[in-house]
Amino acid sequence: MSLLKQPIRVLHKQLKNREISAVDLAEDSLKRIGETDDQLGTFLYKDEEGVRERARQLDERKGDLTPLSALPLGVKDNISTKNMLTTAGSKILANYTPLYNATVMEHLEKEQVNLVGKMNMDEFGMGSSNENSGYFEVRNPWDLNRVPGGSSGGSAAAVASNQVSFALGSDTGGSIRQPAAFCGVVGLKPTYGRVSRFGLIAFASSLDQIGPITRNVEDAAYVLQTIAGHDPMDSTSADVDVPDYLSSLSGDINGLQVAVPQEWMGEGIDSGVKEKVKRALQVLEREGAVVEEVSLPHMDYAVAAYYLLAPAEASSNLARYDGVRYGHRIEGENLVDMFERTRSNGFGDEVKRRIMLGTYSLSSGYYDAYYLKAQKVRTLIRQDFEKIFNRYDVVVGPTAPTTAFKMKEKTVDPLTMYLNDICTIPVSLAGLPAISLPCGLSEGLPVGLQIIGRPFDETGVLKVAHAYEQQREPLPEPNAVGGEV
Amino acid sequence: MAISKEQVRHVAKLARLSLTDEEVQMYTGQMNDILTFAEKLNELDTENVEPTSHVLDMANVLREDQNRPSLDRDQTLRNAPDKQDGMFRVPAVFEE
Repeated sequence: MSLLKQPIRVLHKQLKNREISAVDLAEDSLKRIGETDDQLGTFLYKDEEGVRERARQLDERKGDLTPLSALPLGVKDNISTKNMLTTAGSKILANYTPLYNATVMEHLEKEQVNLVGKMNMDEFGMGSSNENSGYFEVRNPWDLNRVPGGSSGGSAAAVASNQVSFALGSDTGGSIRQPAAFCGVVGLKPTYGRVSRFGLIAFASSLDQIGPITRNVEDAAYVLQTIAGHDPMDSTSADVDVPDYLSSLSGDINGLQVAVPQEWMGEGIDSGVKEKVKRALQVLEREGAVVEEVSLPHMDYAVAAYYLLAPAEASSNLARYDGVRYGHRIEGENLVDMFERTRSNGFGDEVKRRIMLGTYSLSSGYYDAYYLKAQKVRTLIRQDFEKIFNRYDVVVGPTAPTTAFKMKEKTVDPLTMYLNDICTIPVSLAGLPAISLPCGLSEGLPVGLQIIGRPFDETGVLKVAHAYEQQREPLPEPNAVGGEV
Repeated sequence: MAISKEQVRHVAKLARLSLTDEEVQMYTGQMNDILTFAEKLNELDTENVEPTSHVLDMANVLREDQNRPSLDRDQTLRNAPDKQDGMFRVPAVFEE
């Protein structure tokens, strides 16, 4: 049996008692990757030699192990890893090797994790299916003809198929939560400002957050504990105390006030998804929570606001890819020609589409009508949540309106792809913490339950998720990929 | 039509992208769909609503103006597509 199926707490204990070694874990990870990676396409870069070497060193080292010591992990390829290729899934950064670590990597390296490699993703985080990777698509370990979700699809599929112990993703409009839902794993998007963005290759800076993708809620608490906290290198990092997340996992949710937005349980949500979410709500009620239906009147406008705001920020952030200081360059007749050739050749269709949209909505004459209007609607969406959180502790609903869809099903019309994010985007616009965890299968595919909390109340989100997880029927393992699980 | 082919060409120029005729055709159609969808926002009265540029209640995050180590020049140039004498090299900017 794969060691990596075990929770972090168990692996840590076994390492401490010398029942297993860092080399065992590394070999287990590499074996599983060997069995499944050709089918899944999860890794953009694998450091096999480095993983083995670090494992040997970790086994020789005396001294205290921290909870994440020696655990093999995968990191989404838009997170800077010192001296390890970091492409953000884009051809324009095909040969880019960062000179420094993202702050989250500094935190993890202090814990002596064992970085296996970089996970495939939609180019610059722009996509909901991983079909926008500049390299190759990722497939869902539950059904190889279906997408793993996006943009952190490589991270989610790797955790679901036991290739790594845990992974890091990033979430702008749902990019941690939706792939976690589609692959049947846990994905946590922290509050905007909770985790440093230093070293995260920017997509939409007012929305981007790094977070864990794990096999269970407790593992997510371990990882968040390590990566959360104020960072002077990120001016939007919040100087807020980091509580002890592990100790919040008491299982006690008696008297908890749960709000369920009717907008996420009505039309447009797949009936199989609704059924599983309803059953999860019954579990919460059985545990003593009070569940009530509420309305978030501006939810219907969130996707439209997001697809003006995020591309606007992206068009500005991606102006830096000009073939001068790093990355790919196509020579031209003059400087401007070089810029244009480099960018047209290096960016994929979706990235170009969003740069164009963002440039348009920020351009003179359209700024007020599109960009400013969307920023105002963003305020209305935040206020919807603020009102609900005056009375309720958490908001609960589906993570995505459907289970994993078929490959190529939504690639022709970008709008149909965007509308898959209706349940995650509003939460991103409001900057709130949210987790997705599996709440059963619908026609053999995992359904994601989303639990949303007040700003900086990751503790509450984790507590509710953990309490539900304890009572949930166990999930089977995905079986579309080969090898012994 | 929210946006014409000519406008798409103009926006591409602003964004330093060169598009083929097929791409102009494709993006015009798709951007029209998306912008038409976005016009939904006009149903809402936002006359007295403040815009949100980001969600945190903070502004003007400053640090002491002190020298700090920065990236090493040779190391930084390692990622450059073209370099010369410790500098990034680009095509001539001025005509001779």
